[in-house]
Amino acid sequence: MTISRTTKIVLGVLTALVLALVYLPLGMVILNSFNTSSSFSWPPSGLTTNWWHAAWHNPDVRDSLRLSLEVAAMSTVIALVLGTMAALALARYRFFGQDAVSLLIILPIALPGIVTGLAFQNLFRSILNIDLGYWTIVVAHATFCIVTVFNNVLARLRRVGGNLEEASMDLGAGTFTTFRLVTFPALRSALLAGGLLAFALSFDEIIVTTFTAGGGTRTLPLWIYDHMFRPNDAPVVNVVAAALLVLSIVPIWLAQRLSQGEEMVGAR
Amino acid sequence: MRDGAVSPSIRLTDLAKSFGSVRAVDGVSLEIADGEFFSMLGPSGSGKTTVLRMIAGFEQPTAGSIELAGQSVTDLPPFARDVNTVFQDYALFPHMSVAQNVEYGLRVKKVKKAERRARAAEALETVRLSHLADRRPTQLSGGQRQRVALARALVNRPKVLLLDEPLGALDLKLRREMQIELKQIQRDVGITFVFVTHDQEEALTLSDRIAVFNDGRIEQVATPRELYQNPKSSFVAAFVGTSNMLTGPAARAVFGREGTLSIRPEKIHLGDVPDPGASTVTGTVREVVYLGSANHYVVDVDMPWAGDAPQLVVMRQNFHDSDDQLSRRGEKVRLAWLPEHVIELPGSSESTPIEETA
Repeated sequence: MTISRTTKIVLGVLTALVLALVYLPLGMVILNSFNTSSSFSWPPSGLTTNWWHAAWHNPDVRDSLRLSLEVAAMSTVIALVLGTMAALALARYRFFGQDAVSLLIILPIALPGIVTGLAFQNLFRSILNIDLGYWTIVVAHATFCIVTVFNNVLARLRRVGGNLEEASMDLGAGTFTTFRLVTFPALRSALLAGGLLAFALSFDEIIVTTFTAGGGTRTLPLWIYDHMFRPNDAPVVNVVAAALLVLSIVPIWLAQRLSQGEEMVGAR
Repeated sequence: MRDGAVSPSIRLTDLAKSFGSVRAVDGVSLEIADGEFFSMLGPSGSGKTTVLRMIAGFEQPTAGSIELAGQSVTDLPPFARDVNTVFQDYALFPHMSVAQNVEYGLRVKKVKKAERRARAAEALETVRLSHLADRRPTQLSGGQRQRVALARALVNRPKVLLLDEPLGALDLKLRREMQIELKQIQRDVGITFVFVTHDQEEALTLSDRIAVFNDGRIEQVATPRELYQNPKSSFVAAFVGTSNMLTGPAARAVFGREGTLSIRPEKIHLGDVPDPGASTVTGTVREVVYLGSANHYVVDVDMPWAGDAPQLVVMRQNFHDSDDQLSRRGEKVRLAWLPEHVIELPGSSESTPIEETA
């Protein structure tokens, strides 16, 4: 499609404006984490790594970081196992209620977090009578982490088709050998991409976490939320926010790189 | 089996397969001899591929039984059957090299590494691909992938090799080459080949015997020659080669007999034949189709009544490169053939009211 010079310029400026609107505030967060002034005066009076140092040596921040990493890792593992199994069932077998099951698996990612959170809190506290903590957060996170794995694996299975598995069985391999030698290698990069997305989803989640975390279990986003209105903590909150930003972007960037690489291989 | 002492390589008894309300395979019984090159020929949806997939074990029959070398395998999974398949899209493992693909069957059967290597190398030698052993399947051409798929199946020395339209994705020239190569390999290894194709020419070229499938059933099982010369149904006559098939008043007018009658285009002579026993008709050339080595003439046969004239397709080899002897469109011609070349097919001649119109 050809577009006029004026349109090109207008569209270019608009794109730049929108992107600036989104990313400048984020850039400010990172910049301010190095700002010598604890009240974030603008322009920064100087640059320092003091806040980073303070945050790193803050035991609460360290505990929260460790908890967030553990929750994200465990949710991702659960999502990888269950998401892959669900995708295999839906891609390779025909059964009654298939479409409904597929929809029900995908739905949690679209459900309002506040409703999911309330529902889980009700389940854990009133019905099951469990103390809120690490495992309740993990279970709640896993429900929507499954979706990214499921979607990635399902798309891959549909593209690869069932022929490779049939060929493997034809050559004498049983079900498990076929999965180990043929299906799993074909899924590897899809699992990695889905897993990274799941990790990122869990790592920065706050709404569902608010309802499923006990008083003693504070993930990194919860820690920020707890401390954001205390002026004294503001510089450290900024550091934690910057760290959270970077830790969430990296897996998503990697996942995107992976899927793009796959597309190019697939296009040959 | 006539003597009953030796079991056939494959025996299918009343095999049937339904998908929902669709009967894909509807009572197929068949015996394939050891070392035979057997083709299952039919249009798409005729059930030939489903039969192949049931022999391989990918589909469970709704009814009937499958025996391999006298042993029932009806309820065995694919990996417990001594057959191997060459898939239409080759289904090579993309994350493995050519050599690893070929070794796969031996690897999962726990054959020792040294023997595995040797046998894979030998199989690649058979298909003349030794120099590409370290490549990935994506780096190969269609014909080369085809050969890898063949080597991957042959290396296991199965009793039966199943081939599901293996040449379908290749261009014509390559397909012809692969046909000859396939036939040679089959003679060398002496394994029973069951070959599924919708290409009648391919089936005629390669096979010892052919089963023609139509609508989930077998229409006829015969040698290529028998199938071409003596089709037992109008479907076979129409599907294998080109036929001039006429019924009712048209048959009576052209062949002088009632019934469903057919004659091959190359059996009709353009012009007179010296044989006094020959049948002749006159007609007008409607179309001349140039085929390179031959011409097809579509001739409207002159009828004693007005209306649609029956058409006969006549084939004539292009012996001379000058076209002065060729008939042209609109020209009056005489057609002649020997009565023994007219094939009588089972049809619904009794139900056609011939006398009223003739």
